[in-house]
Amino acid sequence: MSPSLRFQARANREINRDSFIQEWPETGLILFNSPADPKPQIKIQDGRIVELDGKPESEFDLLDRFIARRAIDVTAAERAMATDSLAIARMLVDIAVPRASVVRVVSGLTPAKIVEVVDCLNVVEMMMALQKMRARRTPSNQAHVTNKRENPALLAADAAEAVERGFSELETTVGVARYAPFNAMAILIGSQTGRGSALTQCAVEEAMGLRLAFLGLTTYAETLSVYGTEKAFHDGDDTPWSKAFLASAYASRGVKVRFTSGTGSEALMGHSEGKSMVYLEARCLLAIKGAGSQGVQNGSISCIALPESLPGGVRGVLAENLIAAMLDLELASGNDAMASHSQIRKAAKLMLQFLPGTDFIFSGYSSMPREDNLFGGGNFDAEDLDDYDVLQRDMLVDGGLRPVREAEVLAVRRRAAQATQAVFRELELPPITDAEVEAAVVARSSSDMPERDVVADLEGAAAYLERGFTGIDIIRALARRGFRDIAEKILAVQKLRISGDYLQTSAVLLPGPRVLSAVNDANDYQGPGTGYRLDSQRAAEISDITQALDPRLVGRTDEGADLLELEDTGPASAGTDAGEIVIAVGPAFGCALHATLLGLPHRGVLAALIEGIRREGMRPRVVRIRATSDCGFIGHAGARLSGSGVAIGIQSKGTTVIHRRDLEPLDNLELFPQAPNLTLESYGVVGRNAAKYAKGEPVLPVPVQIDNMARLKYIVKTTILHLRETEQVVADEPPREIAVRFPAPKETAHA
Amino acid sequence: MPDYPLAEKAPGRLKTPTGLAFQDITLEAVLAGDVEMRDLRVTAEALELQAQVADGAGRPQLAENLRRAAELVDVPEDRILEVYKALRPGRGSRQALFELADDLENRWQARRCAALVREAAG
Repeated sequence: MSPSLRFQARANREINRDSFIQEWPETGLILFNSPADPKPQIKIQDGRIVELDGKPESEFDLLDRFIARRAIDVTAAERAMATDSLAIARMLVDIAVPRASVVRVVSGLTPAKIVEVVDCLNVVEMMMALQKMRARRTPSNQAHVTNKRENPALLAADAAEAVERGFSELETTVGVARYAPFNAMAILIGSQTGRGSALTQCAVEEAMGLRLAFLGLTTYAETLSVYGTEKAFHDGDDTPWSKAFLASAYASRGVKVRFTSGTGSEALMGHSEGKSMVYLEARCLLAIKGAGSQGVQNGSISCIALPESLPGGVRGVLAENLIAAMLDLELASGNDAMASHSQIRKAAKLMLQFLPGTDFIFSGYSSMPREDNLFGGGNFDAEDLDDYDVLQRDMLVDGGLRPVREAEVLAVRRRAAQATQAVFRELELPPITDAEVEAAVVARSSSDMPERDVVADLEGAAAYLERGFTGIDIIRALARRGFRDIAEKILAVQKLRISGDYLQTSAVLLPGPRVLSAVNDANDYQGPGTGYRLDSQRAAEISDITQALDPRLVGRTDEGADLLELEDTGPASAGTDAGEIVIAVGPAFGCALHATLLGLPHRGVLAALIEGIRREGMRPRVVRIRATSDCGFIGHAGARLSGSGVAIGIQSKGTTVIHRRDLEPLDNLELFPQAPNLTLESYGVVGRNAAKYAKGEPVLPVPVQIDNMARLKYIVKTTILHLRETEQVVADEPPREIAVRFPAPKETAHA
Repeated sequence: MPDYPLAEKAPGRLKTPTGLAFQDITLEAVLAGDVEMRDLRVTAEALELQAQVADGAGRPQLAENLRRAAELVDVPEDRILEVYKALRPGRGSRQALFELADDLENRWQARRCAALVREAAG
């Protein structure tokens, strides 16, 4: 059997670099309904859960015990558990049922019951449910800010740009653990350089994470990982109680905390107990709720490619996002690790969170190029930002970001890098050179940065912790070195710690800083006209991408106008010279417009047509058609005036036709509808062919390239140039005779 | 339910652990050396107000966490880290956890945290 060349072509596509497997329930490689999953059940005695999903209290593992004690509301449980799962699923998508009513029911459900409920929904229903169930009304977004060389000036510049672009939270991490205080400090400074409206964190080992928060170098933490089986939990070196205590410890210092979980981690660690991924994730989420966390980042996170290898993997990941929202937890919905080699697949996957909106659509959008991402890639990175801005604009969906101008970005990057340089100098840390600052402003990645002295940096970071520099030391250093504005903003964010305001569910900072959370911005979606809506100001912001041109200015140039003189010498009459070929130009040709769609000057085009006609021994005669802007009618009107009966009709945008008197207006001898593919040479051939038709000689049609992208590329300019031409139309005006002159280009004056 | 956000709607109710008023935290005060990192901490009182906000929003577990946090505001960081480490799997004996719980309760009046540690001990 010969291999199919089409199969071969598909085999080489990006999608086929992804891994796909069939289900294997015994090892937990299944999204829903593993045979080992328990059936929903609960028994309550004297206000205490004594059986959970078919297991008596004596057989409870750590998670069962924790969930039974702390997560499930026993006062709601019996009634909720007795409600049909399909009925609860319908409440999720029923706009008449308010979010709060669903939350109340879900607060009494066991893990197995929650899974049964969400498994009743298809992905569109899950998206509808997510739109209603996410905690905060206004969606937002989080950025990752790292670089593989851990350059502090670049971290600060990237952090500043990320905030400028609208990210509400910034997360950094370390390649080498000892860099932690520098990385945390750099993004703290960067985050408050411009608009000043982001919380920051540094993902490191728990004890160090706590220390950075106590020092005031971070304002939130998100590394509190939870797993759905006891063994996996132990491999993560924690228990539900240690995590709950940690959550309280952070809160005791006014630091926001969100937990982390996600499908696939237990199977990856070999501890799934044969349970399905979504069931285990439901257990995680109940443990997180029981620990009193305000929120979670889930959506498989770094394991994403594992559920995605299985049937229903992307749906399962959306289901786990939805469960978090149903449990009234802040949801940072993943999209942070590479989910596919295929651009089609990764964008399609994103839509499931992007369209309904979540508290943080990405729990880490890679704000720098992927090569600098120390978190494992970033499903979208710095180079996808224009795509992302366009997606927001296309669908008028608030994805949390705002288009930015290059000049603003460069300014804020420079200031952040300079501020970090100043703090390093003031605190006597290894110097950041001016060259580093300048490189950080324009760098694409850390490969564009000068080398730093790694040994000195690591010693400096250790000394930093030893000397116990805090956020206050940074504020003072900034103020002393002329960065009072940044100092003020960092202080304003640190000061909010005293209030504990951002400990509430789904809190973000708005410029000011003002806290916005699920308390003062609670999601009140109940169908069309309710919930989050783009206001006109935000819609305008999203729409204003830098690539968008003012259509009134497109093609509006006088360049080349002085190189072609078309003098109107009166009404055109029917020709009698059998050797003439009429060139009929459109109403705007060489007057309102001076170049074709592709930018060919009208002078050159007309000269090429004339030259082509002359080379065949015929005589060109130019007329202007004013009554129409349609190419066929222009050509036909020309043909009716032509002594030979043959004419070339040309619109200002360059579309050309060879016409003959006896044909219907919309018929033709040759039509060149794709002006972008016409060169000056092809216009020359058009002139020659027209002449040959008139002489009755055999004609080889002008070869034209087929370019199926031409319409995509040029339709906007085509529309606008055609509008311009149509503006010049004077109804019922007869054709005009035109005398053509080609003035020599003027010498440029030399000093 | 208290006005929320407190910093915006009820700054008069906020004080630093060192007794400074919320409005007294200014850059000038920081530069004059009148404000240190220890001043920029949440108080047990503010955490209790936030717990009431969470209760009012129907979030009892979050409220419980904020009340545990309120118990920890005066517990030194090293002690907090010790308790956390003891709670990690296989670190401390059951007996050691009970002793830690007693210490939390007796020395720091951290009743809820103590209950959490005892529950962890099983």
